[in-house]
This record gives sequence, C-alpha cells and structure tokens, in this order.
Amino acid sequence: MPELVAAFLFIGVVAYSLFGGADFGAGFWDLTAGGAARGRAPRHLVDVSLSPIWEANHTWLIYCLVMLWSGFPAAFAAITTTLYFPLGIAALGIVLRGAGFAFRHASISTAHQRFFGAAFALSSLLTPYCFGSIAGGIASGRVPSGGNGDAVTSWLNPTSALGGVLAVLVCAYLAAVYLCVAAARLPDPALERYFRDRALAAALVTGAVSIAGIFVLRSDAHRLFDELDYRALPLVIVAALAGAATIVLMVLRKDSTAWLREGAGAAVALVVLGWGVAQYPYLLGTHLSIDDAAAPDATLWVQVGVAVAAGVLILPSLVVLFRLAGRGRLAAPADQTSG
Amino acid sequence: MTLCAGMIQESLAAAGDPSQLLPARQQMAFTLGFHIILVPFGVALTTLMLVANYRGLRHGDAEAMLLARRWSKVAAVLFAVGAITGTVLSFELGILWPGLMGRYGAAFGFPFAIEGLFFFLEAIFVSIYIYGWRRLRPWPHFWTGVVVSLSSVGGAAAVIASNSWMNQPGGFTLRGGRVATVRPAEVFFNGAFWWELVHMLLAAYIVAGFVVAGVYAAGMLRGRTSYYHRTGFLIGFVTAAVAVPFQMVVGDSIARYVYDAESPKFSAIEMLPATGTHVPETLGGILRDGRVRYGLRIPDGASLLSGFSVNTRVKGLDAIPARYRPSDQEVTTVHLAFDVMVGLSSALLLLALWYAWLRWRRRPVERQRWFLRACVLGGPAAIACLETGWITTEVGRQPWIVVGHLLTRDAVATHGDLWAFFAAVLAVYAAVGVTAGAVLISMKRRWQADGGDSVNVPYGPRGPVPEPAGKAGA
Ligand code: HDD
Ligand code: HEM
Ligand code: HEM
Repeated sequence: MPELVAAFLFIGVVAYSLFGGADFGAGFWDLTAGGAARGRAPRHLVDVSLSPIWEANHTWLIYCLVMLWSGFPAAFAAITTTLYFPLGIAALGIVLRGAGFAFRHASISTAHQRFFGAAFALSSLLTPYCFGSIAGGIASGRVPSGGNGDAVTSWLNPTSALGGVLAVLVCAYLAAVYLCVAAARLPDPALERYFRDRALAAALVTGAVSIAGIFVLRSDAHRLFDELDYRALPLVIVAALAGAATIVLMVLRKDSTAWLREGAGAAVALVVLGWGVAQYPYLLGTHLSIDDAAAPDATLWVQVGVAVAAGVLILPSLVVLFRLAGRGRLAAPADQTSG
Repeated sequence: MTLCAGMIQESLAAAGDPSQLLPARQQMAFTLGFHIILVPFGVALTTLMLVANYRGLRHGDAEAMLLARRWSKVAAVLFAVGAITGTVLSFELGILWPGLMGRYGAAFGFPFAIEGLFFFLEAIFVSIYIYGWRRLRPWPHFWTGVVVSLSSVGGAAAVIASNSWMNQPGGFTLRGGRVATVRPAEVFFNGAFWWELVHMLLAAYIVAGFVVAGVYAAGMLRGRTSYYHRTGFLIGFVTAAVAVPFQMVVGDSIARYVYDAESPKFSAIEMLPATGTHVPETLGGILRDGRVRYGLRIPDGASLLSGFSVNTRVKGLDAIPARYRPSDQEVTTVHLAFDVMVGLSSALLLLALWYAWLRWRRRPVERQRWFLRACVLGGPAAIACLETGWITTEVGRQPWIVVGHLLTRDAVATHGDLWAFFAAVLAVYAAVGVTAGAVLISMKRRWQADGGDSVNVPYGPRGPVPEPAGKAGA
C-alpha cells in the first residue's frame, strides 16, 4: 500500500519534471531571446504555447506536496526543516513566475511589463535549480529522518549542484524541443530552425553534464551511484539512448519534427524514474524507508482515490481544453478581434 | 531589520515562546489574510457571471452577456493571484509548521489533496470557459461555467475541512505520539465543518456581491447609469443582500455552537474573565491584566444570547487551565474582531433594508446618491467581516494549533530565520497585489474606451504578435 502511494507520488514528480520542466524551460528561452525586437517572435510563441496549460503544469507541484505531506508526513517535515532555504526560494520564485506570466501581457504599463517579464525569466532559472538541488540533497542522504539537518550543506553540495544544473538544462532542452514542434505546427520555419538549434545545443550540453555527473555521484553519493549502476541501469541506458536518438533525429532529419517530443520526454522521464528506482525502498537517502514514513492505511486509500479521480476527471478535461486552444489558433483571424 | 524585529518581538511575544513563533504566526496570518480575499471571487464571482450569462441567453440580453464576458476575465486574473498565493501557503505549512504537518499530516492532510483536485478542475474549466466564448455553442458553454462554480465550492469545502478539523479534531487515534489510525469521513465531516462551510460560502457571496455592486455604484455616481451599469449593480447587490440575513442567522447559531463545543474560544469572544450567570455582553473594550477595561456593557446580554435565559452559566477564562490560557492581547484581538464582524454585518443588513425600502417606494437607485455612496463602502465592509471572522476563528484557537492536541509553540519551525522569509514574502506579495490592482484598473479603462471585452488575461487566448515595445505602449 505505501508503495502504491509512493508510486503515485512519483508519477507526480515525473509529470512535474516533464510539464513543469517545459514550462520553466520556456522561461529560460524567454530570458535568452535577446532584445525586445529580436526576441519578439520566440517570446510570442512561448506565450501562446504556455497560456492554456500554465496552471495545469504548476498544479503538479501542489499534487506532489499534498501527496507527500498526507502520505509521508514524517518525511515531509524532515525535508522542510532541513531544506527550507531552497524551498523558500523556490516558493518565492513560483510566485514571481506566476505573477510574471499572468501579468506581463495583461494591459499594464511597459515598465511594469518589463519588470514582470524579467521576474518571469529569472525565476524560471532559480526555481528549477532549487528543485534540482533539493532532489540532490534527498538522494545523497543529507536529510536526516528526524529533520533539522544541516541547512547549508544539505543543498550546497556536489550532488545538489549537479541536480540543480541538470534540472535547469533539462528544462531548457524539453522546452526547446516542444517549442520547435509547436513552431513546425504553425508553420513557422524560421522559428522552427531557431528552436531546433537551441534544442540541439541544450541536448549536447545536458548529455555532457550527465556524463560528468557520473563522477560526481560516484564520489559524493555512493549508494545512489551503486543502485544507478545496478538496479536502475537499464533505465539509465534507455534514457541515454532516447536522448542520443533525439540528437540524431535533429541533426539528420531537418525537415521533420516527428518523434522529437516523445524522445525528449522519454529521456527525461526515464532519468527521473531511474532516480526513484535507485532510491527504492527509501524515501530519504538510505535511512527512512517508505513503509516507516507512511501514514495509516485509511489515509493512503483516500490518496489513491484522489489520484484515480484526478485521472478520470482531469485528463478528459485537459483534452477538451487542448482541443479548444488548438482550434482557436487555427481560427486566429476571428480570434484576434475578440481577444 | 533585526533590531526592529527584536523590538516587535519583545512587545508581542510572551516570555518563553520560541523565537520563531512570532514571525511564523505573523506570516501565516498575513498570507492567509491575503489569500482569503481572493477566494470569494473564485467561488462567487463565477456564480454572478453565470447569472449574467443565463440572463443573456434566456432573454437575449446583450449587455448581460457583456457583463458575463468581462467578469469571466476579472475572475481569471483573480484566480491566477489566488493560485499563486495558495501555492505559497502550501510551502508555508511545511516551512513554518513542521510540527503540525509531521505529526498530524497523516490525519488532516488529505483534504488538501481533494482541494487540489477541485482547483485543478476549476483552473481547467476557467480556461475552457474563457476560450469557449466564441468557440462553443452557448448552452454547453454556460455549463462549463457551472463546472467552474461547483468545483470552487468543492475546493473551498475541502480546505474548510482541514481548518475546522484543527478546531474540532477527531477521527484519529494516537499510538506513541504518532497517528496510528485515521477515519477519513470523521476527519472531513468533523463537528465544526458544516458550520464553517456554510458561513464561509455565504461570506463569499456577500463579499463578491458587495464588491461588484460597489464598483458599479461608483460608476453610477460618476454618471454612468446605463442599463449595463444598473444590471451589473443589481446582480451583485441583490445576491449579497439576500445572503446577509441568512449569514446573521447562521453566525448566531455558530456562536451558540462555539459556546457548547469550544468554550475557551467563546470566553475570548465574550472577553469574560470569570465564569458565572447574568453575564453581561461587552461591546468593544480591552482586557488588561486579566480585567475588562472600557467598553460598553449590556447587562445579562451574553447569558441571554447564549442560552436565552439570564441564568445561563457562561464559562470564563478562569475555566481554562492557566497553562493553556490565551494572553490578554489574544483575547482582546478575538473580542474586537468579533465585534467588528457583527457590527459591520448589522450595517450591511441596514444597507440591504435601505435598498428594499427604495424598491418598495419605486425610487430608481441610480439617483440615490447617498445610497450609492453607502454601496461603495459595502465591498470593503464585507471584506472586513471576512477578515475579522477568520481572526476570530484562528486567534480564538490559541494557544492551540490543534485544539487539545498540539500547542502552536510546539508546532513551529525551530531552525532558520523566519523574519527574513517573512520580509521576502511581504515584498513579493506587495508587488503582486499592486500589480493585480493595476491590471484590473487598466482592464476597466480599456473596456470603457473601446466598449468590448478585449484584453489578454491569464488562462485566456492570446492576441496576435505584439508590436515592438514602445509602439504598443498600452
Ligand atoms: C461577510 C462575511 C461575514 C459576515 C457578514 C459574518 N461573518 Fe462570522 N465569520 C466569517 C464571515 C462573516 C468568516 C468567513 O470569516 C468566518 C471565519 C471562519 C468561518 O467559518 O467563518 C466567521 C466566523 C465566525 C465565528 C467563529 C466560528 C468558529 O471559530 O468556529 C462566529 C462565532 C461568527 N462568525 C459569528 C457571526 C455572527 C454572529 C455574525 C452576524 C451577526 C457574522 N458572523 C457575520
Ligand atoms: C483552511 C484554511 C486555514 C488553515 C488550514 C489555517 C491554518 C493556520 C495555521 C497552521 C496557523 C498557525 C498556527 C496558529 O496560530 O494556530 C494559522 C494562524 C492564523 N490564521 Fe489560519 N488557517 C486557515 C485559514 C485562515 C484564514 C482564511 C485566515 C484569514 C485571515 C486565517 C488567519 C489566521 C491568523 C490571523 C492566524 C494567526 C493566529 C495567531 O497566531 O494568533 N486563517 N492558521
Ligand atoms: C478557508 C480557507 C481557504 C479557502 C476557502 C480557499 C479557497 C481557495 C480557492 C477558491 C482557490 C482558487 C483560486 C481562486 O479562486 O482565487 C484557492 C487556491 C489555492 N489555495 Fe486556497 N483557500 C483557503 C486556504 C488555503 C490554505 C490554508 C492553503 C494552503 C495549504 C491553500 C492552498 C491553495 C492552493 C495551493 C491554491 C491554488 C490551487 C491551484 O490553483 O491549483 N488555500 N483557494
């Protein structure tokens, strides 16, 4: 039973990495899009692709938090009393980001828009870094079961740095791939090329950092490394293959975007999953097990019920929304007058 | 900063409290107080919007349709702010109150999961509703709005379940200090749940209704008395005005329920040092050194109100074991907050009666300048009721965070510097609040200038590629 809830929780983590990740990554490309004139087209694409799904993406985070605190309250308290720095920064980053996104295109003064545009972009970097470093702290066993671990080294350490940098890169990579596909659908060949180049660059850098990461983990997080090297190895290999395959696709088939999104998504999902498998059956490092941290069964059942209900209710509604949003874009001329 | 914080701390915190307690409480109060203002709009503005939408469809009323379209966009902006501030709250529960979540998360954490589910649904359907304006057939579109409204009620019910559980904890057993078994239905539908839920939902309609009415009343005072403005005013005002008397009846019943079930809170509300019969009702006043100062006393009032007889025995603060007695300052806060809530409710009731009288005498409201001026104040007054009501509930629970089980001071984080976190949160919320206000005002200007409903809002479709900055300038 606790395993089932842990699995549901982890589905949330994977989903947040994929959807939230793409969301943050879009902010990254927004930040690097250059001056107002040059960056106009890519920024607009970011905006159009993000607006209908922004809330949905960020709700995954809420889902993870509540699953954790009601299913594994002891672990939740241990994490918050140790990693409050990165958590606090991430929370503020999310506020700024949400506000930046929500407001920068509402009709307010240009100065205001600039401020929130900058806030949006900056927190798109800061927040995934914090989440990555939190993951690193948990994975390398720096969060004691009783909480109140070292507030500094728990997130400023080699594994956390790796987690943070990888998180930022992965977000950028996912977003560039998604945006490239979105541009191809428009179709806007110039933008498609723009994001294809960036996706490729991000993929290469991410791959290089991942390889360097192997050495970091080996010296800093032995157990995690051993398990990644053993139980989670198949996942890691498939992830690497998927990542490599998207790079090959991008280089060789410049006229098609087929399978790009799937490949990139699979690579990232499998890496995150690899972390989960390597960590199993522990929730924190190698000291607090899933069973020991779990809430009573009745609570866990409610959580399973909620997760299932979410699947049944939310997924179809999301499909409806995406259809509508898609239809809107096709009917753009009429739409422009109605706003 | 530290010096200033130190001074505040000395003046507010009781000796022996952990140093983090004061900033944690202040931050919780501030962020919740901020978030709660947005809730009525998610819950009730969406309903008002449906009323307008329904009118528009049934009677072919184009102005009502325009109202519905614009309100849906206002709701979207406020919904975004609600989502942002709510997310921070989720983090805060862990960062500020690890003792609460770590020990009792297993028992009362799951309603938040249900809340998340409902709000997710609400967010999606807000988006569908806004996207659907010219893309869905009218009636199916209307029904997507109904989903928005219903899911916000469901979400509010779920959070209220958590909060009321803190007041009336039940449905769990402890073993060795850990929650060993949980009976979810008893946790969710705890003793205080239905009272708080009904009172909060009515409050949401009152706040949203009076705020909307106030906006159009201000417009009418400036001479914008078209059918559009009158309709906007009426939908808001009538909804709120109908809810007020019900709210007073419900509030009165809650007060008696609190008298029965949460007597320490009732002692604080009545600011009553000593147990007894023939207890007077004190209006205003403060408690200092355990004695009531100032204030207006109505002989036998409290006894009469709580048990319909002057001989009703009312427990005073002396009935609470000294260790668990709230401080004088807390008692004063609860008492004054309650007085403000009841006082302003009575004023709102008078406003509703004033309108009834105008209706009866067939006086057109748009020419009643004093009435309209009062209506402009109705919105802030309703918000003040909402805030003070929550202060009554939350401060009235002190020193407990979970009544009878966990003291607030044992739940607070022990490490880190919460003043710094609080300062950052204040700064960010100020920026968000000011901008949300600026956005709403500029939306209004745009609408007044071009008459349509075109603005970009979160959740909504985007217009064409914007002109380079500077030229667009809007
Ligand atoms: C527009 C808002 C509004 C209005 C007009 C009133 N209230 Fe209220 N009141 C609230 C909004 C509110 C609330 C939504 O803020 C609270 C906080 C928690 C809750 O469930 O409702 C509340 C709490 C609350 C409590 C504490 C409940 C508890 O701690 O369990 C009492 C005793 C009352 N109210 C009583 C009244 C009375 C006697 C009223 C009128 C005569 C009244 N309220 C009008
Ligand atoms: C479901 C909703 C809510 C939950 C779960 C909740 C939870 C909490 C918690 C954990 C605390 C800190 C511990 C304590 O002081 O007891 C607190 C304090 C407080 N909350 Fe709430 N709260 C909720 C709603 C609200 C709302 C809407 C307001 C609006 C103003 C509010 C106002 C306050 C205040 C003023 C305090 C400080 C009390 C004090 O320390 O004296 N709460 N609440
Ligand atoms: C009585 C107290 C509360 C009520 C009635 C309430 C109600 C609402 C409503 C109606 C929304 C939707 C946004 C909107 O309409 O503006 C919302 C959003 C949210 N609230 Fe609260 N809330 C309360 C307290 C809390 C507390 C204590 C928490 C923290 C744990 C919280 C967490 C959230 C979150 C995370 C969201 C965003 C959800 C999303 O958009 O996905 N709320 N709340």
